[in-house]
Amino acid sequence: MSYKIKFKGPESLSGKEFTYCPGCHHGIVHRLVAEVIDELGIREKTLMVAPVGCSVFAYEFFDVDGTVAPHGRAPAVATGMKRAMPENVVFTYQGDGDLAAIGTAEIIHAANRGEKITTIFINNAIYGMTGGQMAPTTLLGMKTTTSPYGRSAENEGYPLHMAEMLSNLPGVAFLARTKVNKPQDVLKTKKLIKKAFLAQIQGKGFGMVEVLSTCPTNWGIPPVEANKWLEENLVPEFPLGVYVDKVGDEK
Amino acid sequence: MAEKVMVKGTEAIGEAAIRAGCRLYFGYPITPQSELTEYMSRRMPQVDGVFLQAESEVAAVNMLYGAASTGHRVMTSTSSPGYSLMQEGVSYIAGAELPVVFVNVVRGGPGLGDIQPAQSDYFQATKGGGHGDYRLVVYGPESLQEAVELTEKAFDVADKYRNPALILADGMLGQMMEPVEFPDFRDLSTLPDHSSWAMQGAKGREPHKITSFDINEHVLEQMNLRYQEKYKKIIENEQMWEEYKTEDANVIIVAYGTMGRIAKTIVNMAREKGVKAGLFRPITLWPYPYEALAKLADQAKLFFTVEMSMGQMVEDVRLAVNGKKPVEFYGRTGGVVPTPNEVLAKLMELI
Ligand SMILES: Cc1ncc(C[n+]2csc(CCOP(=O)(O)OP(=O)(O)O)c2C)c(N)n1
Ligand code: SF4
Repeated sequence: MSYKIKFKGPESLSGKEFTYCPGCHHGIVHRLVAEVIDELGIREKTLMVAPVGCSVFAYEFFDVDGTVAPHGRAPAVATGMKRAMPENVVFTYQGDGDLAAIGTAEIIHAANRGEKITTIFINNAIYGMTGGQMAPTTLLGMKTTTSPYGRSAENEGYPLHMAEMLSNLPGVAFLARTKVNKPQDVLKTKKLIKKAFLAQIQGKGFGMVEVLSTCPTNWGIPPVEANKWLEENLVPEFPLGVYVDKVGDEK
Repeated sequence: MAEKVMVKGTEAIGEAAIRAGCRLYFGYPITPQSELTEYMSRRMPQVDGVFLQAESEVAAVNMLYGAASTGHRVMTSTSSPGYSLMQEGVSYIAGAELPVVFVNVVRGGPGLGDIQPAQSDYFQATKGGGHGDYRLVVYGPESLQEAVELTEKAFDVADKYRNPALILADGMLGQMMEPVEFPDFRDLSTLPDHSSWAMQGAKGREPHKITSFDINEHVLEQMNLRYQEKYKKIIENEQMWEEYKTEDANVIIVAYGTMGRIAKTIVNMAREKGVKAGLFRPITLWPYPYEALAKLADQAKLFFTVEMSMGQMVEDVRLAVNGKKPVEFYGRTGGVVPTPNEVLAKLMELI
């Protein structure tokens, strides 16, 4: 009996098994990014910058040249790469601790320079890797290991809205906030990711997609409930939508 | 080699870097080296290079990391507080084994300090500064001509060992003007080929991964042992120093950089007073020329270390001399440059 391969993973994934927890959205987003790279035919000229955080191993999961930046500095590392190799496609993959806390300056300035790079921003409202501490994106009242009484505006300030902040910068060519907790969202997110890459490929400027994501492990709820929790709590705080779109037609 | 031209220190280093094939510069202004950043902003576009003023030294060093990972010759320059900020990146770059050239034009510290010349970043430059077991090749030029030559060498050595190198200058070198002879422009096509490891796109090959990272402690230990093997080779091959009138000397002054240059005057003044003084001037501050200095312990009755710091290199001198002879120290700090007369007076007290 012979078998025919009807379904195989994207070429731009190395095939290494993901190390993410069950129900974590990192894996879904990895797959979408890889499919987009395949469809754009850019695998052989893509350079990736992995972050510090749960997705630190992203450089191994993608079958492209890759490195790991210091915590939060991925946009600066990507800037150096892109300036050295303008013909290549450079993307960063960052969590909210990475991008919205320690790396706030780097992302704002890369976006403001209109750096022709693409950023995939995973907002799960918590620090995953280090065991569930408060992130800048943690919701008011949300309990974490470092906000055990719930985040309060008076003590810790308000959830930081990166997409809204960055959308004011003229160097940004594409910016959207999305989620992947339902199948139709997954398809939509893929289109948005593609556009964030096209913003770079077309030379228009900086492109970013913020993906509201789950961290069932550190939220302390099972995956299915986490998807629901995201819908009911994260989405009202972080409005979905396309904030900036200067991308032309694909051709 | 062309004829001599008058240039300012910071600009001499910038031009030397460009001639050595550096085509990407990322930096952030800080006195007393801002003219180097300014110089690169003028020159880089003229040679089809990249100049980018980063939003901070933290960003600058990470831009270097990215650019170096593509296999290009890259450089940044800064002064003490800025170099402190870069330490995170320095450690990552050393761990990722990227050939990068740093320039630290040292000023008075600690903290914001002042903008006058100092040598008080010696510990940070030669003993670490960032986290982890790593080393940088560190050069301490005494003149602009030497700074130019060492800048070119720094790029070659960085490439050869895939290791960052540092030009440790001071505010005096940065600000002075002197005639220098520049080397010819390096033909970029003759630069070492880094395509075997650099991130240039995985076309027709396995992807290249560049990190300073492994979660498995045994693998990380292996990585560290590999670094140490490399450092051993650097120690064997790259030590540089100068001896001045040491043949018959029984008093050995040890000084580097600007202080080493001033020390030549002190040697001559001491000799006029009948003191058989000589100078040992380390040029590589790491790897430190311990053996060469130790050899002088047989003939000397006294070692006298002079620094523009409260005594940082004196620890290396003591290591080299290893208790065989007394090692005395004199230093000024905070941006004060010792005068030959005051150093000589101190020396005469000691003998
Ligand atoms: C300079 C520095 N500070 C702190 C850390 C520790 N650290 C590792 S991951 C992390 C949080 C990452 O959170 P996030 O970016 O939200 O990613 P996630 O793990 O949730 O995917 C922190 C604080 C570090 N590695 N480096
Ligand atoms: S800790 Fe959270 S973010 Fe990290 S892999 Fe697990 S679920 Fe995902």
